[in-house]
Parts: sequence; C-alpha cells; structure tokens
Amino acid sequence: MSMREISYGRAGMEALVEEMRRDPTTLHLATDAPPSLVEEFGEQRIRATPIAENAFSGIAIGAAGSGLRPIVNWSMVTFCFVAMDQIVNQASKIHYMFGGQQTFPLVFRSSVGGGTSLAAQHSQSPYSMFMNLAGLKLILPSTPYDMKGLLKSAIRDNNPVLSFESTRLMGLKGEVPDEDYTIPLGVADVKREGKDVTVIALAWLVHEALAAAEEMEKEGVSVEVVDPRTLFPLDNDLMRASVQKTGRLVIADEAGPTAGASAEIAALVTEDPATFKALKAAPKRVCALQVPIPYSPDMENHVFPNRKRIIAGIREVMEAG
Amino acid sequence: MSASPELQRDMLRQMQTIRRFEERASDDYKGGDIYGVVHCYIGEEASAVGICAALRPDDQIISNHRGHGHCIAKGADLNRMMAELYGRVDGYCKGKGGSMHIADFSIGMLGANGIVGGGLSILTGAGLAAQMAGNEGVAVCFFGDGASNAGSFHESLNIAASWKLPVLYVCEHNSWAADTAAKKTHAAENMSDRAKGYGIPGIVVDGNDVLAVYEAAQEAVARARAGEGPTLLECKTYRHRPHTERPGAVDRRPEEEKAAWMARDPIPMLVEHLKQQQGQFSDEEFTAMDDEILAEIEASVSYAKASPFPAPEAALDDVFAD
Repeated sequence: MSMREISYGRAGMEALVEEMRRDPTTLHLATDAPPSLVEEFGEQRIRATPIAENAFSGIAIGAAGSGLRPIVNWSMVTFCFVAMDQIVNQASKIHYMFGGQQTFPLVFRSSVGGGTSLAAQHSQSPYSMFMNLAGLKLILPSTPYDMKGLLKSAIRDNNPVLSFESTRLMGLKGEVPDEDYTIPLGVADVKREGKDVTVIALAWLVHEALAAAEEMEKEGVSVEVVDPRTLFPLDNDLMRASVQKTGRLVIADEAGPTAGASAEIAALVTEDPATFKALKAAPKRVCALQVPIPYSPDMENHVFPNRKRIIAGIREVMEAG
Repeated sequence: MSASPELQRDMLRQMQTIRRFEERASDDYKGGDIYGVVHCYIGEEASAVGICAALRPDDQIISNHRGHGHCIAKGADLNRMMAELYGRVDGYCKGKGGSMHIADFSIGMLGANGIVGGGLSILTGAGLAAQMAGNEGVAVCFFGDGASNAGSFHESLNIAASWKLPVLYVCEHNSWAADTAAKKTHAAENMSDRAKGYGIPGIVVDGNDVLAVYEAAQEAVARARAGEGPTLLECKTYRHRPHTERPGAVDRRPEEEKAAWMARDPIPMLVEHLKQQQGQFSDEEFTAMDDEILAEIEASVSYAKASPFPAPEAALDDVFAD
C-alpha cells in the first residue's frame, strides 16, 4: 500500500471530497461554502447557510429522512448549542421513536478543544454530553489516518454521527494510504504497546500520552497508549484487555472530569469483574480542571492537562501498586 | 380551481373521520387503553383536509403534537394509527411513539413531533430534498401560532425563502398556545404578516372553511411546484377541546369565545354548503356516511386490541439503523 503524508485537517477534507464523489446523494451544509468544493460539486450540493445552526441542523435531518446524506459542518462545537433541540430531541431519537421505519444518515462535524487562547466559549470539549444520548454515534480521531478513515465510515453510516475534530491537531502531519480505506466505528487502536500501565487517551492527549510514554521508557516503565477513536460505540473489549494486561490505568482527556468521557471509560473498565481483579492500583484521571477555559495563556495552560500531568499520573499509579 | 362535488364529499368524509377517530381516542384514553397524552385536533379539521386535498401522494408533510388530523388527511391507515395509540406491535411505530409521534414515511407523512417548532426545519429539509430531486414535489409543515414564536420559525422561513424551496408553511392559528392566549405572546394579529419580512407571500384564510383552505393551498402549492418558493399560509381556526384530553385539564378560554367558534364548526359548515349548493346532499346521507365512519373507527379499535403488546425487550430495537 503506497502512503503519503498529509495533515489532520487535510485528511478530513479528503474524506469529505472522496465521499461526495462516491455518493451523489451527499450534500454539505455549513455557514461557509469553500470555493474549491463549490467548483467541484456546485452550489446545489455545497450549501452556504445563514448563521442559523438550529435550522440547518434540522434541515439536514429532514433531508436525511428524504433520501439524502447530508454532511453538516458546525465549524466549532460551540455553535451547535443553539441546535441542541435538533440534536437531542430530533436526531438522536427520530429513528427510534418512529419505530425504525426510516433511516437518517447524516454527519455533524465540529472542532473541539482549546489551547489557542479563544477563551471559554470557543475552547470546549463537550462530547460526553452527547455520549449520554442513545441514538448518536461519536468519533474523535487523533491522527490524519484515523480522521480520514473514521470520517469516511461516518459518512457511509446510516445513522446520525457526530465527528469531533481536535483544533490542536489540525496541522498535525501523518501518513495515509493512497487507496480508499475506512476504519470501522467502535474499534479502538493501540497507539503504543506497553506492559506496565495503560493510558487511555483522547484526541490531542494521545500525542501527549505518547510523549509521556517516551519519557517513562527512560525510567524503565513500559506504557501502553490506547486510543478509543470512537466514543460511541466504545471498544470495551480492547480497553479492558489492555488493562488486564498492565493492571494499571490512567485516562487522559482534554475535557473536564465531571461526568466526562473519562468517567465513563473508568466505569466501563472497572465494572468488569475480570478487569477489576487485575487492577494493581486505583485508576487515575488526567483531565482539564473543572472550570470554563480562561483566555490568558498561563491560566489556560494551567487548566489543561499535558504530558507532564500524564507522567505524574503514571508515576502515581506505578507507586500505588 | 374550486373543489368538485365529489372532492367536497371526500373532504367531508375525511373531516368527519378525523373527528370520530379523536372522539374515540379521547374516550379510550380516559378509559385507560391509551396512555400518556392525547391532543385533539377537533374543530381544526378543515385545515389539514383542505391543504392535503391540494397535494400529490408523493408530497411530504410534517405535523406536531396535535397530529392525528394531518395523518388522516395525508392518507394514514386508521388501524395502524389506533394500534399505535394503544401501544401495540402493529402500530405505525411498533408502540415506540404513541399519539405524539405517528409517522408513515411511505405516504409522505414525516411524523408528528412533540417539540413545538421542532418540525419546521426538518420539513424544510424535506423541501430541500424535493428541490434537489427535481420532481416538483412539495413539502408542507403544519404548526400553530405558538410555534410561530419559536426561533426555528424565523430560521426556517428565512432559509426556505432564500433558497426558493418548494415548501408550504401552514400556521394553524387557534389563538391559544397551550393555555396562554396568543394576544399575550405576540403583538401582531396575523402571523402571515411576517411573510413580508422574508420576501414571500403571506396569506390569511378562514381555517374553518375547507373550500377556502383548499383554494388557497392550491395556489401556494402551484407556486412551490413552479420553483417560485415558499408561502406562509395562516389558517384561522380554533380547537374545540382543551390543550390535552387529560381529565381535569384546565381550559382558560372564555366561554363566549368558545361558543362563537363552535357556531362555526367546519363540519356542519361543509354539510350546509353541500346541501345548499348542490341540493343533492341530505342529512340522511350524512348520517349514513357517519355510520360508515363509526364502523371504520370501531374496526380500528378491534385491530388495535387484537394486536399484541411489544415484547419488553423490543425496547432495545431500533436505536440504530443497520
């Protein structure tokens, strides 16, 4: 398989373009219509919407139920909150409450995370709010390869899928195959194998965890880094198998800990009796502090987790047992 | 084009079917066989029937929490509707939806919706799909004066007008948003006046006169099919019942107001029209029609009662599509 290097952001664009070429029922709804897309697919399929997320999210649902396959880009996740009625009351439930008589294939894309001094409203990672809803699938890629493969699967899926894409990773380069490929939703990935401690990390924190693992290797601690890649479905089996092997668990997430993805992962891993028995130490979460994200860089950096805090977390679980 | 005598009789039959269906639904709700909540459309039948008479079978509609009338007017099966209200496996939604979520996508009925204003944008998306399919299909959203004050009304009409979508927005203005008077929540008398702000036609029609609704709908539908964009059609009407059928439900509406509207009941209005204009329709014929309808309703209840309840574990099905 021949490979080439592209950025995380580029990988998302390639997935979109290739899927729009592949399936003429796809259309794109966003407040911005990129000229290159308009040139290739026309204004009918690349719609520039008013800044009215509630309506264009609902329009996507109605179009999906009428035979189209819409891809919505909210830009920042921040902007989807005015569309919560359509996400929560409609998209997540519409297939179920009508008895499964119609499918609603659609994707809502948005960027998440902070680190760019955009302050509280534009630095959010609220994916766990959507994990709580039955009826939505959620992807959270950490590499260009995962971005392209997961987003393609999301577009081909016959359900509403939310694609959360890390702002911090947009320029990250990585290899993707030249050929068409997809990554199934619900399959986690071991980003680095290890035997002493499992770090389950999300999005940008995957890279911080890999850096932490390098550092710990020097101290003779072998760290396994697991990336769930999709938050629904979550790959319980792979996460549990890793923790059963290492006996120690650190969970790293750019979001706050309260009722977060980290809390769900901790519960899913530890409520499994076999995995619980294998634990040598209590699990440790390394998350953002539970505050709105501040603007000034020193404060912002203080709030977010990073490789140093992951290292501290690893040391803590290593020392505990 | 005015409605032929045959079409007028069909419309009368549909209106009376809606009324009898809901009277029975209300009775069986109070009797404990129907659960949750039932919102009756009784008194507003001319709106759904007059609009749907102007549609093709492949046109699409979306409804709201008060949706039985729209379902019946679009051609939904009474048996499967009643079975859904009864929570049975043969109901339209296999017992997962109930009164507020009846849908039949095979006849272009995209669902009743429990969120006031929630259907406006979804239906606008159906209009977008129709426009992109290029089949001259039209999409119709039924909502109330209450929903007209939600943000989704503005956002949806603005987009539909900008993109010239083949959509008909039907505001059934019954003057009460649940138990709050319309005059307390918006200053304008006519919702249709807002159409001017979107650059689309806004039309007020007597929503209790099914023939007037039909004629107005034909014009708006023709405009949509011709690619000229959406219309906001406001049907002035009134519900005869309180907001819900819940026993002891409050009804704050003044008695004089109710009496004035009851005197303009859309069904006797059409019966009188048929009798006077054609001289061929009689009270006896109406009684015979009503007897047939009552038999259909009774049959739908029998169908519902014969249908089993879903297995409890069926609650786990249909969360996701394959």
